[in-house]
Amino acid sequence: MAKIATRDAYGKALTELCEVRNDIVVLDADLSGSTKSGMMKKVAPERHFNMGIAEGNMMAVAAGLAASGKTVFASSFAMFAVGRAYEQIRNSIGYPQMNVKICASHAGITVGEDGASHQTIEDIGLMRVIPGMTVVQPCDGPEAEAAIKAVAELKGPCFVRLGRSAVEVINDSPDYKFELGKANVLKRGSKVALVATGCLVHEALKAYEMLKEEGIEVTVVNLHTIKPLDETCLVELAKTHDVLITCEEHSILTGMGSAVCELLSEKQPVRILRIGQKDVFGESGKPAELLHKYEMDAEAIVKAVKGVY
Amino acid sequence: MNYQDRERIALNMRANILKMTNQAASGHPGGSLSAVELMITLFFNEMNINEDNLNDVQRDKFVLSKGHASPVLYSVLAAKGFFPESELMKFRNLGADLQGHPNMKSVRGVDMSTGSLGQGLSVAVGMSLANKLDNNDFRTYVLCGDGECEEGQIWEASMAAAHYKLDNLCAILDFNGLQIDGNVTDVMNPTPFDKKFEAFGWNVIDLENPYDYTQIEEAFAKARLCKGKPSIIIAHTVKGKGISFMENKSAWHGVAPNNEQLKAALEELGVQ
Repeated sequence: MAKIATRDAYGKALTELCEVRNDIVVLDADLSGSTKSGMMKKVAPERHFNMGIAEGNMMAVAAGLAASGKTVFASSFAMFAVGRAYEQIRNSIGYPQMNVKICASHAGITVGEDGASHQTIEDIGLMRVIPGMTVVQPCDGPEAEAAIKAVAELKGPCFVRLGRSAVEVINDSPDYKFELGKANVLKRGSKVALVATGCLVHEALKAYEMLKEEGIEVTVVNLHTIKPLDETCLVELAKTHDVLITCEEHSILTGMGSAVCELLSEKQPVRILRIGQKDVFGESGKPAELLHKYEMDAEAIVKAVKGVY
Repeated sequence: MNYQDRERIALNMRANILKMTNQAASGHPGGSLSAVELMITLFFNEMNINEDNLNDVQRDKFVLSKGHASPVLYSVLAAKGFFPESELMKFRNLGADLQGHPNMKSVRGVDMSTGSLGQGLSVAVGMSLANKLDNNDFRTYVLCGDGECEEGQIWEASMAAAHYKLDNLCAILDFNGLQIDGNVTDVMNPTPFDKKFEAFGWNVIDLENPYDYTQIEEAFAKARLCKGKPSIIIAHTVKGKGISFMENKSAWHGVAPNNEQLKAALEELGVQ
């Protein structure tokens, strides 16, 4: 099966957008080759500004461009785009609701060998607490392309969380549809629903196959939009399942799992287990090794399901 | 606008700065009073900003990077007639448009929401880049504080402004020498400003008396003439300017005059 990193899909989608829209301006902080924001230079080099290794400045410059009517895509590694520049995003982009799309790559523990300093496990939390910020994490190439095109149409601040590693393409069927704020139910089962986002959608699907061989059929949902949450879908899942298991390569604190807990504890209480980074820093290693060690791979998901099934 | 009219507006603005902070029992009068004449010259002479173009996405723009000086911005915008002067007396009150620090979403004529120091200069860089991209003649002005230059972001933004040769950007440094905790040179010395900005690739313009309209106009004219790099006007201002008991005292950075002090200050200005 074909594999593509969501950051590559971002670069491709951004390039296509820049060909047809001249209001788009792209900023990067010396990582345009890695985040893939630099791909659009082949169609509109004059609209790509390298802001150097100065993420805080980059985000406020993005705000200034947006205040002058531009649709701005600002990229860096998620650790620095969101972590280093948090307060600039909060005050110069979030508060005035600027039309800036923060497309940050190398998110989560699957950055791999670079180690804990580069493995942001807090970025979903940091971004979703900003009022009016849309938070999206696509799970594969086609979804990343669709998400980028969708946020480009949306007025206001958005955070798109992208990965470093190539992931299998799963959203390649002709009837695949991406709608911001609308979760995709990938498998229909009973008792347990896996609510996954980003690259853990793939682990959830692997877990589904492993469990199926043992006669257990679970529901698998791709929750690509973390803010706003698909309340209708989540409440329905809570009503029709005994347990929900959230799966994300992010801290179990403040991430998608936390967001789901916050919603359902008020709207439709149900038991929820959270798979994610358990409030510890990561380390160097291969992405698969890290997902295994920190219990976020299919094996860990299977174990969690069996524990409650 | 002639000097006489500007003098009249300056007097009224100073009175408003004192009254609005007094009724709010909070706010930042010291660093607002220091920049009155600079702001009047900007908004009434230098910039093309008026009712007709106010809602344009692109035009001459102003960013108050030292956002805590909101009283001087609000009072000049009221003087321009962008909202009723009576709004000033709701400053910092619950539900008011005039927030403690400028909110572009609620105040006509505020071009950027600011308050967190260091960010406004970067925003002005973004606006200037947009104007370069669109090949227009609009200019961006930004007022920075001297204490604000202790923020690393000021120097990140300065690097970017020179790198992209933003000669359509004009920064004004309110160099009153004081920040909340005392003299800027004692707290964390950010000087020498001229050598630093020169080293960062800026055209540095020294403004010895930023209360002399001729000198202010000359400084802006020099900035306009400079091509290929951004300009910064280093204005040797006086914190609390115009009120004898407030001048050159860091205690007046973020403290509002009480009723008695307001009365004394207004008497000194010779206004009601």
